[in-house]
Amino acid sequence: MTLLKHRLFWPVAALVTLVVVNVIANPNFAKVTMRDGDLYGNPVTILRESAPLMLVALGMTLVIATRGIDLSVGAVMAVSGAVSLTIIADSPDPGSLGTVTVAIVVAVLVALVLGAWNGFLVSVLGIQPIIATLVLMLAGRGVALLITGGAITTVTSAPYKFLSNGYLILLPVAFFIWVAVVAIVALVERRTALGMLTESVGINPEASRLAGVRSRGIILSAYMVSGLLAGVAGIINASNTMAADSNNAGYLIELYAILAVVLGGTSLMGGKFSIAGTVIGVLTVTTLDKTIQFFGVPPAQSPVFFAVVVVIVVLVQSPRVHAWGRAASARMRRTPSGGEPPTGPGAASAAKKREEVAA
Amino acid sequence: MTVDTDVRPLVSMRGITIAFPGVLALDGVDFFLRPGEVHSLMGENGAGKSTLIKALTGVYAIDAGTIEVADEQRDFSSTADAQAAGISTVYQEVNLCANLSVGENVMLGHEPRGLLGIDWNAVHRDAARHLASLGLDLDTRSPLASHSIAIQQLVAISRAMVLDAKVLILDEPTSSLDRGEVDQLFAVIRSLRERGVAILFVSHFLEQVYEISDRITVLRNGALIGEYLVEDLPREALVTAMIGRELDELSALSGAAERTIDRAGTPVLSAEGVGRKGVLEPADLDVFEGEVVGIAGLLGSGRTELVRLLYGADKADAGQISVAGERAKMHAPRHAIDRGIAFSSENRRAEGVVAELSVAENMILGVQAQRGWMRRLSKTEQDAIVAEYMEALGVRPADPTVPIGTLSGGNQQKVLLARWLAMQPRLLILDEPTRGIDVGAKADIQRKVAQLAAEGLSVVFISSELEEVLRITQRLVVLRDRRKIGELDPTEVDLDGLVDYIANAGHTERSATR
Repeated sequence: MTLLKHRLFWPVAALVTLVVVNVIANPNFAKVTMRDGDLYGNPVTILRESAPLMLVALGMTLVIATRGIDLSVGAVMAVSGAVSLTIIADSPDPGSLGTVTVAIVVAVLVALVLGAWNGFLVSVLGIQPIIATLVLMLAGRGVALLITGGAITTVTSAPYKFLSNGYLILLPVAFFIWVAVVAIVALVERRTALGMLTESVGINPEASRLAGVRSRGIILSAYMVSGLLAGVAGIINASNTMAADSNNAGYLIELYAILAVVLGGTSLMGGKFSIAGTVIGVLTVTTLDKTIQFFGVPPAQSPVFFAVVVVIVVLVQSPRVHAWGRAASARMRRTPSGGEPPTGPGAASAAKKREEVAA
Repeated sequence: MTVDTDVRPLVSMRGITIAFPGVLALDGVDFFLRPGEVHSLMGENGAGKSTLIKALTGVYAIDAGTIEVADEQRDFSSTADAQAAGISTVYQEVNLCANLSVGENVMLGHEPRGLLGIDWNAVHRDAARHLASLGLDLDTRSPLASHSIAIQQLVAISRAMVLDAKVLILDEPTSSLDRGEVDQLFAVIRSLRERGVAILFVSHFLEQVYEISDRITVLRNGALIGEYLVEDLPREALVTAMIGRELDELSALSGAAERTIDRAGTPVLSAEGVGRKGVLEPADLDVFEGEVVGIAGLLGSGRTELVRLLYGADKADAGQISVAGERAKMHAPRHAIDRGIAFSSENRRAEGVVAELSVAENMILGVQAQRGWMRRLSKTEQDAIVAEYMEALGVRPADPTVPIGTLSGGNQQKVLLARWLAMQPRLLILDEPTRGIDVGAKADIQRKVAQLAAEGLSVVFISSELEEVLRITQRLVVLRDRRKIGELDPTEVDLDGLVDYIANAGHTERSATR
């Protein structure tokens, strides 16, 4: 029972179910093979391809915790990819480690500045987050096109390619990158007081202000982290294709990130957030994406398939649906026996009360 | 109007039992509500009043017992069921749509329809008729938010009448009303009683309970203590029934006013001509070490506005503030906090508690905010703060890991007091710290304030309950119509004198200066 009540129970259950369905449909889904000392197979691909969405969703989690939303992450990814690849393409020595380092640092800094701009609009000027970040969502891709001169910049650079396609010990580099970032963010949020203060600002901004919380800085920092992580995501994304495609890099990723955050149990109302939940949410979304490919759903129908599964997952996690389920099973138990209901008229109410206590 | 005990009850609740995880909130409680009576439900916080009301309004399903409304057994599984049975509730915090017009709110869901959908003229005509039947003359097209809380409550009552309520539940309706507004509300309640509506009234103001009620039911710790006719239950007997022990605690504090304060030195806080256009006329205020300064005045007199300016919650546009003799800029709460000033807002829910965070997190929030996010309080430091104040203030339940939102109002207030005390301020501003909480918690908080002041803490204390202000302060600042009209020594004035001063002194002084 205590396991059932854990806030991550339903997100994990959804992910496990998805994997199990895949494995039953085709045992090859979970097959992992060793080649040249590296691991390959669907599970490894999922871990590797999760990287951009993982980074973006992580930043989105913090922004959502402050009652905000960041719609610009996809555009920031495009900008960061464009900046880094343009620097590499313009350099005399695209394959050198120095060039790639400069390209990455500059791209990440640009992304950080874009995040700070969002944060400035929201926390200092008090513009509604959805509008404030919409500005960059619409303008960002234009900026990226400006940087690449309207073309899709492609480069050949081994160190840059390594970020997305390389392997470290057994597993892809991209996987290690997101694990490291998750660990850093979790440590910063939970080992300092940033997490609690962020939740406090998200739950009750006015009470937090009167308690002396510097909410402006906290909100600003959330958007900066979101911008920064979107920048890193943009680099990994560009490294995957070795091309800066300003129109398609990170396209609609903001919506998938929001989906992943919600699947992980963080409320869009702000406040309490769960980093572990977001990790599970992202893995669920990526696994679902792979499922679609694996089942060979035609591209034209894949959005429908995706939507249907998402609706099911969301319903399975809904506390209200749980309460209905419990009430229904209590009725079922009551009717055939014909005797006194075991818990009195309280079966549904007990569920309701638990819900309230949990809330 | 006398109540005939033989009248058949409209609502009969028998043996109501509701259990929450780990707590028996109600234990076999009987409650009867008769048509044409005002019935007060009394008890401390946590006695089970709210739970009983929620059982009657279908918010909670009952674990045992029966509810009959108009001789028919009911099994409420939702608030809609209760409403269909003719039970309407008006809560402490008005739950209407502030951004809709008065008329739309009154008629919401019952709009008259014409050929082309809703007939808006008829909506407003009907709304005006319902309002007029309660003696209200309002512009039904004005937005609800443009009216005072008192008017909004009366609108909520009108709405209940549109729903043809036979039972009207008023949960702390008067906690933010001034005297005139209370009179207006009571006139409405009396006219509803004449029409045979059964009214369940909950209030922490004993005077109001005695003024309006025909009958009183007392609960304590989830159990029924008894049902009494008002005339059979003297005040002392009621308080004893509610808390189960003789309450000498409040009167034990009465020595506080006589404590002498050394006002020779530098004041802890000194405000000169502090004001803000349209909010408060420039006012002076000094607070000395170990002094409890009471701010008295009616609601809307500028009490809250004054302390918010002192704390930097709102920015003053006139005057200057010094803390311990040093000029201080108060442009944000943080500036005040950095100088050792703490402020507990009157609006506990909106400006005090962070509902989904735990009791412990709420307690340490102020200290943590002051240290900044980088320097997190260690687990040991947190536990020390939490343990100290859970114990010192008697927070119930004694589990600091539960979300504060699940606590009763009085216990939430104790946690907030702990938040401010943990910051070890030299000046504590308390705006209505005892509003809407029970006698026991009120005594706990007053005792703590008196004790801290005796130890040297300076306190600015605002309360609508003038007796309370007189009892625990050493100096009184009186405001009226957003203007400071004078200061009084609480040892030289009694309740009547203070009321008289608030009501009249402003006028005489004003005409004298002219």
